[in-house]
Amino acid sequence: MSVGVFDVAIVGGGTAGCAAALALRKRGMSVVLLEKGQCGAMASGTNFGGVRRQGRDFREMPLATRARAIWDRLPELVGEDCEFRATGHLKLARDAAEMAELERYARDARDHGLELSVVGGNAVRALYPWLGEAVTGASLCPDDGQANPRLVGPAFARAARAAGAEIREFAPVTHARWTGAGFEIDAGGATLRARLLVNVAGFWGGEVAAWFGEPVPIRPLCPNMVVTEPVPYVIDRSIGVCGGNVYVRQVERGNVIFGGGRGWGDTARAISRPRADVARDAMARTLAILPWLRDARIIRTWTGFDGEMPDDIPVIGPSRTTPGLIHAFGFSGHGFQLGPAIGEIVAELVADGRSASPLAPFAIARFAGAPPAPAPR
Amino acid sequence: MSDTRVVVVGAGPAGMRACAALVAAGLTPILIDEAARSGGRIYQQPPQGAARPGRELYGFEAAKAARIHALEAQLAGRIDHRRETLVWNCFEDALDLLGPSGPSRQPFDALILATGATDLALPFPGWTLPGVYALGGAQIALKTQGCGIGRRVVFLGAGPLLPLVAWQYVQAGADVAAVLDATPFAAKLRGLPNMLFAPATLAKGAYYVARLLAAGVPMAWGVGGPRAEGDGRVERVHFVTAGGDARVVACDALGASFGLRSETQLADLAGCDFVFDRRTRQYVPARDVAGRTSRRFVYVAGDGAGIGGADAAELAGERAALALAEDLGLPVDVNRAAFLDGRLARLDRFRRGLETAYPFPAHLLRDIGDDTMLCRCEGIAVGALRAAARDKGAPELNRAKAFTRIGMGRCQGRMCGRAAAELLAAARGEDLARAGRLRGQPPVKPIPMIPELLS
Ligand SMILES: Cc1cc2nc3c(=O)[nH]c(=O)nc-3n(C[C@H](O)[C@H](O)[C@H](O)COP(=O)(O)OP(=O)(O)OC[C@H]3O[C@@H](n4cnc5c(N)ncnc54)[C@H](O)[C@@H]3O)c2cc1C
Repeated sequence: MSVGVFDVAIVGGGTAGCAAALALRKRGMSVVLLEKGQCGAMASGTNFGGVRRQGRDFREMPLATRARAIWDRLPELVGEDCEFRATGHLKLARDAAEMAELERYARDARDHGLELSVVGGNAVRALYPWLGEAVTGASLCPDDGQANPRLVGPAFARAARAAGAEIREFAPVTHARWTGAGFEIDAGGATLRARLLVNVAGFWGGEVAAWFGEPVPIRPLCPNMVVTEPVPYVIDRSIGVCGGNVYVRQVERGNVIFGGGRGWGDTARAISRPRADVARDAMARTLAILPWLRDARIIRTWTGFDGEMPDDIPVIGPSRTTPGLIHAFGFSGHGFQLGPAIGEIVAELVADGRSASPLAPFAIARFAGAPPAPAPR
Repeated sequence: MSDTRVVVVGAGPAGMRACAALVAAGLTPILIDEAARSGGRIYQQPPQGAARPGRELYGFEAAKAARIHALEAQLAGRIDHRRETLVWNCFEDALDLLGPSGPSRQPFDALILATGATDLALPFPGWTLPGVYALGGAQIALKTQGCGIGRRVVFLGAGPLLPLVAWQYVQAGADVAAVLDATPFAAKLRGLPNMLFAPATLAKGAYYVARLLAAGVPMAWGVGGPRAEGDGRVERVHFVTAGGDARVVACDALGASFGLRSETQLADLAGCDFVFDRRTRQYVPARDVAGRTSRRFVYVAGDGAGIGGADAAELAGERAALALAEDLGLPVDVNRAAFLDGRLARLDRFRRGLETAYPFPAHLLRDIGDDTMLCRCEGIAVGALRAAARDKGAPELNRAKAFTRIGMGRCQGRMCGRAAAELLAAARGEDLARAGRLRGQPPVKPIPMIPELLS
């Protein structure tokens, strides 16, 4: 164990934290990353694996576009592609109102550099014969895709470690404080010191922010996930629907993964559980768009914890109360795609004091004086 | 008390004895089992209408089997027996079920998990060839369907089931080509002092071996390097004798497994704490002598609580029921409880002897090559796990699963999880306990993609 002062301490080893550790090492800073469990095992390791820009809040689009470029470079960056495939993301409409929504989004998205192609009626079935009758239209974002979430965080962690970052797993940070000249961090029985502190603690980022007198109304978000046994590979796009109440992808191995609705979570013990009734509803919605899946069997269900902000976009940027503290948490169910870019953005904020990406909408100040988070649902 | 919802999962010896004791205590338990009839695996009954004499089906154990089956009749009307019903999830105070009349959710106030065990499979080259069965599977084919796994059968294993199944096949008229015991003969003698605590069982083991030898069945102890080969299905088994000679036996079927593993997913989903049981090299639910787990009003009994065998399962099932009744504040015969505790302790001594006599055949795993199939559901070979353990630094099973997909298939690691733990620990040069155990995730077994079938 090294003594002395680190340039940067990172709380949280999700995709965001591990990518930040790597980016900071590339800038030559000394880095310690503290993860209470294993890197990339919480939201970053349990998520659906969707790497999509389509459907995003336009305020996130510059970040998502930046992230998308990094996904192509994973092999050179972290030594493996993490099963990232640019399969495209297909968003489905199931009635006229949803079709109008797809067209409206496609029109507006153009201003944000996103070219979507929207098709309706018979063209949908000609292009995607595996879609069911319920589908009336579809919007394709060709260079969106999907990846294996279980591989991404750990790959960044290994790359960061190889680049000289100190990655400490099973090291929960129980408290951190500003001393006037830096930070003292209690982690896994030891007290560490660092000049700068990065809070990328996912759902628990709210707790870390509260240590520094800036609580935010964050709530746990546990998307309910289901996977089938392998079936012949046909769904060669990642699929979403208007309203987002179901999303589906198929891995090359053949398993069909789908999500929709919310599971159960106990944030204090970090235990989350999928819900059978929610899985059933997602099953019904999946079968409405992919009726032939009826013969498949379900082999596993699960969920995980992300942090959800009331306005559905994360907190990213410097602390309002404490110099040298940077936040990036509360990705509200869509931070897997962003993760690689968050690493670079955090490194810019730490090293340069500002980022090349527009971060104004994500300032923690937007919650100043906000009431604390309501009890979890 | 009659409105207290007590659920027993598993209608084997443990679950049936638990039900009987619960009824005696004035309760009306709900008994749930995937099978249509009681008996569990050991006393599994043929389908209705295909009856054969008990002596033929269960050998020495016929009387015990008959008593368990008779219990089902005696308890009729006094328990709520849900047949052919899968418990696929336990969440908080309810079980998710899938039965003949559809889905349901069964809330409980108290729960006894008597979920039994399955064969412990270990990978070896060719173990996934058609014609290769678990020993338990070979036995069930005989018991419930009246057919064997082949005409000329080799049995390979490392447990007391090995000579028993082989002898049952001889009696059924099969040609048993060889009985290959992976454990050394000398270990049998080392296990003797403790096995004397249950001389009847000991005598039976010796009896099967003696009869097999008398029938001219070739037997070998301390074998290594097993390999099943054949064109599309198993046609021969290669092995190396204790003396180091390479041998091959022709056959059309192979029954192979290396002990038992507890079925513990429901206890896991119920939130029970687990402990590592060094003797059986697996994690089991933490429990007191009476079967109380770390979770109030959840009990475990029988092989699902740790491998103890059928006789111990009967006692443990009754003991857990007494504990449950006591915890509900019902009057309990303390002398009976003390008697059961004494008998269970005695059987435990015997079990220790048995584990000494059939030590885990670690050499089989040490010697297998990287290209041997490990997770047959996902088609992942041993080398992938070793690489995850060494190169990617996976310190425990769930991490290795995340990296390699081992244990992510249809069986959710029920078949390969134990071998994966052994291989992971060996690759890292660490104690087996540190390899951990695969986290339970619902469904416990695959369920159909039919929304109407879910509650
Ligand atoms: C089921 C599910 C499905 C999802 N699907 C998608 C999707 O398809 N596409 C998409 O883009 N996004 C998706 N998301 C969201 C995405 O997974 C998250 O937004 C993203 O992974 C967040 O990354 P993170 O690094 O901020 O958080 P996390 O991965 O949660 O990492 C935070 C880490 O901080 C650690 N930590 C917390 N407190 C402490 C402490 N005090 N000390 C030490 N360590 C601490 C935690 O253990 C954790 O490892 C999904 C999320 C879930 C849960």
